[in-house]
Amino acid sequence: MRQVAIYGKGGIGKSTTTQNILAALAELGKKIMLVGCDPKSDSTRLLLGGKAQETVLNSVKEVGQENVTEEDVFKVGFGGIRCVESGGPEPGVGCAGRGIITSITTLEQLGSYEKDLDYVFYDVLGDVVCGGFAMPIREAYAKEIYIVCSGELMALYAANNICKGVLKFANSGGVRIGGIICNSRNVDNEKDMVDAFAKKIGTQMIHFIPRDNVVQRAEIQKKTVIEYDKSCGQADVYRELAGKIETNDMFIVPSPISMQELEDLMMEYGLMEEYERTTEAAKENTATQR
Amino acid sequence: MEIDKDKEEVKKIREWMNTEEYKELNFKRNAIVINPERACQPLGAVLCAAGFEDTMPFVHGSHGCVAYYRNNLSRHFREPMNAVSTSLTEDGAVFGGQANGFEGFKNALALYKPKMFAISTTCMSEVIGDDLGQIVTNAREKGFLPENILAPYANTPSFIGSHLEGYDNMLAAIIETLGIKTENFNDTINIIFGFDTTIGNIYEIKRLLKIMGAQYLVLSDYSNALDSPLNGEYKFYNEKLTKLDDTKASVNNKASIALQKFSTKKTLSVLADKFHQTVKTLRSPVGIKYTDEFLMMVSELTGKTITKEIENERGRAVDSMTDAQQYIHGKKFAIFGDPDMLTGLTSYLLEMGGIPKYVLCSNGNEEFKKDIEALFIEYSVTEGEVYINKDLWHLRSLVMTNPVDMLIGPSHGKFLAKDAKIPHVRMGYPIFDRVNIHRYPYYGYNGVINLTTWIVNKFMDILDDTCDDAHFELLR
Repeated sequence: MRQVAIYGKGGIGKSTTTQNILAALAELGKKIMLVGCDPKSDSTRLLLGGKAQETVLNSVKEVGQENVTEEDVFKVGFGGIRCVESGGPEPGVGCAGRGIITSITTLEQLGSYEKDLDYVFYDVLGDVVCGGFAMPIREAYAKEIYIVCSGELMALYAANNICKGVLKFANSGGVRIGGIICNSRNVDNEKDMVDAFAKKIGTQMIHFIPRDNVVQRAEIQKKTVIEYDKSCGQADVYRELAGKIETNDMFIVPSPISMQELEDLMMEYGLMEEYERTTEAAKENTATQR
Repeated sequence: MEIDKDKEEVKKIREWMNTEEYKELNFKRNAIVINPERACQPLGAVLCAAGFEDTMPFVHGSHGCVAYYRNNLSRHFREPMNAVSTSLTEDGAVFGGQANGFEGFKNALALYKPKMFAISTTCMSEVIGDDLGQIVTNAREKGFLPENILAPYANTPSFIGSHLEGYDNMLAAIIETLGIKTENFNDTINIIFGFDTTIGNIYEIKRLLKIMGAQYLVLSDYSNALDSPLNGEYKFYNEKLTKLDDTKASVNNKASIALQKFSTKKTLSVLADKFHQTVKTLRSPVGIKYTDEFLMMVSELTGKTITKEIENERGRAVDSMTDAQQYIHGKKFAIFGDPDMLTGLTSYLLEMGGIPKYVLCSNGNEEFKKDIEALFIEYSVTEGEVYINKDLWHLRSLVMTNPVDMLIGPSHGKFLAKDAKIPHVRMGYPIFDRVNIHRYPYYGYNGVINLTTWIVNKFMDILDDTCDDAHFELLR
């Protein structure tokens, strides 16, 4: 069983990418569990065709940790994927980080990890802001991490920060970075920039996901791209990524870079004499998509 | 054979632990704390709350925390100690403790019918960032907390400061919440003891004020709650505590005098800044000089004279010191505990010609250190050393490498006193292993007599126990 955690800046497309990867892996016949670690509990929406999940933490609140059952919290979604949402407090109260710890220990108690599984995926909110959000990468849980990012400075900055968090656990436990997934925002020279960043921190850009509006359309329909339009090009992009994860053998301890190095990287790749041309291309691109 | 070898090794290490080399290593230690003489903020808050009429200390946190404060205080006073908790559990930590707060108010009102909840917090509620103000407001709106029930609240994170700050934060919150500023001036002075668990001190100060004819109000007077008479009559809320109406009016009193410096700062700033009251911080009235200062301050503020009766008390205390002076003069002491007690005790020992060789305060700050150093200079003592933010394991190293004649401080010092084979006079908080000590004042002139009695008679007992027959004298 491989345990995989997906991290990345808020709003970068972690949940969408994760669920599409999972749909592709399910097509390959893999048995998968997805643990949504976001208080907004929207990590399983596309696989379940809507947000109808009773969260682990709500169940803990209602009936007490020792009385929660698998039936309470698990739903089976597209391709037989077992989906569970941690849930968490309302914004502004309580402690979401503690919530993730409680949630994962509850799943442990339920024996959810002892099922015959090929993959457990954790979809974790934003940065690793506190100990609770690092729970999925503590010893005995996720051993490999993929970071979703784009060529935007703040996305790279967040990815670099996540690496700093990972480093702490990598030295004491066995967690490793498996690669950077570039979810394109149509930034200038994005592919090369993210590729260069990945190499700088010692890993690979495992895949480049071009921007495609079919993702948006599928989301509106509460579906993954694979379920929504399995023959479209974007579905193949996700299949390719899933295949790369399936066969990935590059797992490294990251070496995060300084802010200065990051800014230098932006200078090198983000500002080119081709600037005019590429923005024209981007405009055209958007125009055609409309 | 193996066991014998181990014993040898243990003996060797034990001896090494008493060396200069070990002391140096011990003082370099920064990763762990061993036996610090301090408790946490909510414990101080609970003690403070215990001094008010019909008040239930209400702690927002796990019940294990509250069990600790109750247990700790109960063992010192040997009296029951009331306090309730919001029993925060796992889901409270994740979703916030508001629901527990609501239920806590509802239950505690139904069961204990208090007129006031004095609310404090713990590590857990502070770490998750629960907003007490909002919980109280929402509880009122939703009917869990009727308008006529007072509910002052203080943030008392256990991991910052000590019981001193907790006491201060709670008292400041109570005064700020209850105080009603009016134009009615009067001659009453507020007496703020701070975190003082020696009930005898409270009685003694009240007695002196009565003799002087001064009108006073003790803010947080738990003497009758934690030293209530055993007369077959059980009262859940004891009488003669600080009245809530008096507390409301306390902000209009002529002045406030604090008898501790380090557990009253916030309270005094509330009284001074918000209610524009005259506030005075005194050194705890331990020893002749500081008691004089206290009485003179009372006289200055109230216009009352220090009576002949009190002058005679002073004379008797001075006499008792003179009679015993030769037994303390030149003796070295290691003293530890709360900062204000230590300042007073240092002053007293210096008055007696004793040498406060080590003054160690786990919850002391730079200001405290300077106060003690100033005393050393005042009395031309060059051997004195003052340590702040150090624990009893540091103190052990000090007394093992450079011995002293006596240890004075709370019960936790008994282990190092035994190792160092020195007598240990109990004083301060907590005292778990001796009875009635908290009933005897060390404040005022009577306090001087008590201190002298405890310290000197202990030395005499040892002398009798250890001298050879030729020196086993009837006259000492």
